[in-house]
Amino acid sequence: MSEQTRDYVLGEHPELPAPDQRSGFVKWAMENLFSSIGNSVVTIVGLYILYLVIPPFIQWAIIDSVVLGAESRRECQAINPDGACWAFIYRRWDQFVYGFYPAPERWRVNLSFVFVAIIIAIALVEKLRAIKGAIWVALALVAACAILIVGGMFGLDRVPTNKFGGFMLTLIIGLTGIFASLPIGIVLALSRLSSLPIFSIFATIFIEFIRGVPLITLLFIASTLLSYFLPPGTNFDLLVRVLIMVTLFSAAYLAEVIRGGLAAIPRGQYEAADALGLSYWKSMRLIILPQALKISIPGIVSSFIGLFKDTTLVLIIGLLDPLGIGQAAIADVKWIALSNELYVFIALFFFVFCFSMSRYSLYLERKLHTGHKR
Amino acid sequence: MKKLLPLAVGIAAIAATSGAYATTLEDVKSADVLKCGVSTGLAGFATPDDAGNWQGLDVDLCRAVAAAVLGDSEKVEFVPLSSKVRFEVLKSGEIDVLSRVTTWTLTRDVGLGLNFAGVNYYDGQGFMVSKELGVNSASELDGASVCIQTGTTTELNLSEYFRLNNMTYEPVPVETSAEGRSAYSAGRCDIYTTDASALAAQRSGLENPADHIILPEIISKEPLGPVVRHGDDQWFDIVKWTHNAMLNAEELGVTSANAMERSKDASNPAVQKLLGTADAGLGAQLGLSEDWAMNIITQVGNYSESFERNVGAETPLKLARGLNALWTNGGIQYAPPIK
Amino acid sequence: MSVSDVSEKAPSSLGAMWRDKKTRAIIMQIVAVIAVLLFFGWLVNNTVSNIENLGIKVGFDFLWNTASYDINQTLIDYTANDTHFRAGLVGLLNTLLVAVCGVILATILGFSAGVARLSNNFVLSRLMQVYVEAVRNVPVLLQILLWYGIILHSFPRVKAAEPIIEGVIATNRGLFLPQPLPQDGFGWVWIAFFAGIIGSFFFRRYAKKALDSTGKQLPVLWASLGLIIGLPIIVYFLMGQPLGVSMPELKGFNYKGGFAIKPEFLALWLALSIYTGAFIAEIVRAGILSVSHGQSEAAHALGIKPSLTMRLVVVPQALRVIIPPLISQYLNLTKNSSLAIAIGYMDIVATLGGISLNQSGRALEIMLIILSVYLFLSLSISGVMNIYNERVKLVER
Repeated sequence: MSEQTRDYVLGEHPELPAPDQRSGFVKWAMENLFSSIGNSVVTIVGLYILYLVIPPFIQWAIIDSVVLGAESRRECQAINPDGACWAFIYRRWDQFVYGFYPAPERWRVNLSFVFVAIIIAIALVEKLRAIKGAIWVALALVAACAILIVGGMFGLDRVPTNKFGGFMLTLIIGLTGIFASLPIGIVLALSRLSSLPIFSIFATIFIEFIRGVPLITLLFIASTLLSYFLPPGTNFDLLVRVLIMVTLFSAAYLAEVIRGGLAAIPRGQYEAADALGLSYWKSMRLIILPQALKISIPGIVSSFIGLFKDTTLVLIIGLLDPLGIGQAAIADVKWIALSNELYVFIALFFFVFCFSMSRYSLYLERKLHTGHKR
Repeated sequence: MKKLLPLAVGIAAIAATSGAYATTLEDVKSADVLKCGVSTGLAGFATPDDAGNWQGLDVDLCRAVAAAVLGDSEKVEFVPLSSKVRFEVLKSGEIDVLSRVTTWTLTRDVGLGLNFAGVNYYDGQGFMVSKELGVNSASELDGASVCIQTGTTTELNLSEYFRLNNMTYEPVPVETSAEGRSAYSAGRCDIYTTDASALAAQRSGLENPADHIILPEIISKEPLGPVVRHGDDQWFDIVKWTHNAMLNAEELGVTSANAMERSKDASNPAVQKLLGTADAGLGAQLGLSEDWAMNIITQVGNYSESFERNVGAETPLKLARGLNALWTNGGIQYAPPIK
Repeated sequence: MSVSDVSEKAPSSLGAMWRDKKTRAIIMQIVAVIAVLLFFGWLVNNTVSNIENLGIKVGFDFLWNTASYDINQTLIDYTANDTHFRAGLVGLLNTLLVAVCGVILATILGFSAGVARLSNNFVLSRLMQVYVEAVRNVPVLLQILLWYGIILHSFPRVKAAEPIIEGVIATNRGLFLPQPLPQDGFGWVWIAFFAGIIGSFFFRRYAKKALDSTGKQLPVLWASLGLIIGLPIIVYFLMGQPLGVSMPELKGFNYKGGFAIKPEFLALWLALSIYTGAFIAEIVRAGILSVSHGQSEAAHALGIKPSLTMRLVVVPQALRVIIPPLISQYLNLTKNSSLAIAIGYMDIVATLGGISLNQSGRALEIMLIILSVYLFLSLSISGVMNIYNERVKLVER
């Protein structure tokens, strides 16, 4: 509006047009969609692209699709040749969820899913967290989940980890990584910023090394080379090795995010903590970390999302995550070449999880938005 | 200092566990389960069915070893392995036997420190093309795009074959057979090359198997067999004789259906020795119970049963016995006698 | 008890040493060094004894053995008779190729989408939001597989493909393009091109001086374009058009001649660029939003034109926020290119870490090489980033 300079004659009112009377959708559309010729072209092209993509996709994925009543791809095509064939996902649903976990023992996994839901509720819902002892309940549930799933105790049969697969495996790797990497990441970040040079150097080397190489090479080391570095004859579970690698990988990224948060805390806060006579750990725990973690929440959540997505890479070292289960399914003569259906299905699964995580982080950001920014 | 103590204890504990070596047989017996490395999914050789049960020729060999050692063919933990990691995983002791369409070569047998316990399928590298192309011989393939599964001897054979015949090609590496089939049927490559058996499996998995032919040229020898680590001869013997027992059973006409009956029939000493009713102490020599072969045959079957069930004429693969017929039927499957 | 009592009692005891901050710091650091050295010593010791037990040969001599496998995309000459080392080099160049191309496309996509998300056109900004959210929340491995599947299944087969325009054929075996073949005298065109770049550099300096001393703006952009593009074109025609063209032609199974972009490269390139582009879009959006509104208002108040406001006031400040995370996205893209293995693009993980590893069995040595290569790439990129950060650091009083 700065260009609209008019010559006013003293005492006279300029003849301005009446204010825009339109309201509601029309007004909104005029302002947001058709404010100029360029804008209108963009709007129309955008809508046309949507028209090109969305109706055919819905037609393929929902209207023409076959979910039940088909035993093979041919039967799918006999029912409707143009639609998606989701039947193999329906038929192999158990494999997609549990991998090769023995069928009579699957209640253990289901019970664990319930426990995990409770743990997540405790972690996320403030009212539950505020209840005394809630943290201990959560920790006890974590232990219960581990015992339930692995077994070998309390009369539960031991289930070898290579029977784990599907979404259950994704959740095991993702959640373990998330919970285990946070404390390690905090320690790494504090070490890197520590005034003790040795700690700072070690932490820096570790972080830069892990961040400098692709996860897949680390997983490859975990799956094949680790046996060279351990005493002859020792041998521990592949899944455990993968969990350790994924945790360390995620911790290095988290450390950098948290370091950013720590660096953003004004000097005065550190000085105030010192002035109160708090020890290093107390000042960190009570003053610095709560603030630093709060600032870093968006970064922390996006590392978690990254970690969750990276669980798909275990496919390359032969663990049967949903993608692996799916690829085995579409190698079956009956379900051959259903790659589009498979990828869309898995993509949807990850989208639901990752998108809700990112929405939750936005919500937290807004809720905790108490200072620093004006 | 306090923090270091658990670390030191941990290190000491790990070091302590590594002190004594147990033999593979003892390990398997104490774990009461056989860990067997198989393909991640190759029709006819190792695939999980809709219910998640592993099936295939290679899988049957694992089951046979479990039946011989543990008396129960179900006590097998199948570890699906990609071709990249299989040897490292075997060497590190994570699996007891590798039964994963692995070609027996000098480098692998000697250089990698492994032992091949026999040949459960005689194979060779071949080519599959679409009939549309009108190709009848591999010598007409100049300039074609070729899908190859990576991480195998296949690449070397192919490269050598085309070089010797002064032909060029575009290699299209694929990681798994599923990817390969998808790339081939989409027309990413003109030719699919791998072992002839797998080729048949791949063809059976195509939309219209009849539209594709397998060319007559076989450009390599690919004896596929179970693999164990160097340095445990007793275990090597067990795996070797498990396979031999299945072959001998076929030769003697012993099947899963008639094994019980035949074991009582005293007229044929060879059958008696095989099934452990002759008191020859053959099982004990292997460190197994006397009914080891009996368990194999009643629970898994003889070689012919396994072959027909997984890759034979009644299966989608429709493989003929060919080289894998017994020596008495014009093939080269010839097992040393059990006596 | 008084305070002095405590301090007098202490000097000789260990407890006091522990309570003294400086001594404690030194003790803790010494312990840490010893622990780390012990740990690594233990690892090395294990490795050595394992290698002895298994009777494995260790060494890099295998790199000079014949690789005897073929690679379908080679930037340098390579045949099956070359060594594993050269195969690794071919793979490394392929990694770099897809990384560089990916960085360029991702930057273009990301900046466009980031700016478009801030557009006041509802449809455009929402479309971009959908793009960003959909792509960021799906694993990149899945996206690579998906794009590869789309290219394989929706582009025509070689035999059925029709040229889009003369010499340009899109098939599911790749995009075939005419290849320019430089002939005698084309070197001069290159010389003209580099001369143009150097010339435009000097012109820019001259224009800056002129602006500072007289306040007059010279058309830097047009002059530079003229020098860099125009000059080589003039030389090209002066030399009598020393450029031949090799056209792709269908011969036998495949197109021969011309220049082919393989579908594996295309899928990886698209997937990585689109994935990274979504992250860059968010970075760009945050960067632009981070520039306080007061800055552009101040520019308006000074009477600077809106287009110049963007260029001279907003963008330079936004870039300070954008560049560090942008570079780390470039780094991620480079590392993610290792997923090429899933669709058979022959990068270093697929050549050296795949086929060479399988044939030589030298897992230890090969993984060492691959880790070093990626570390070198990462550290040099972050080194560049640190230098940049130093340069643009906000100078505060």
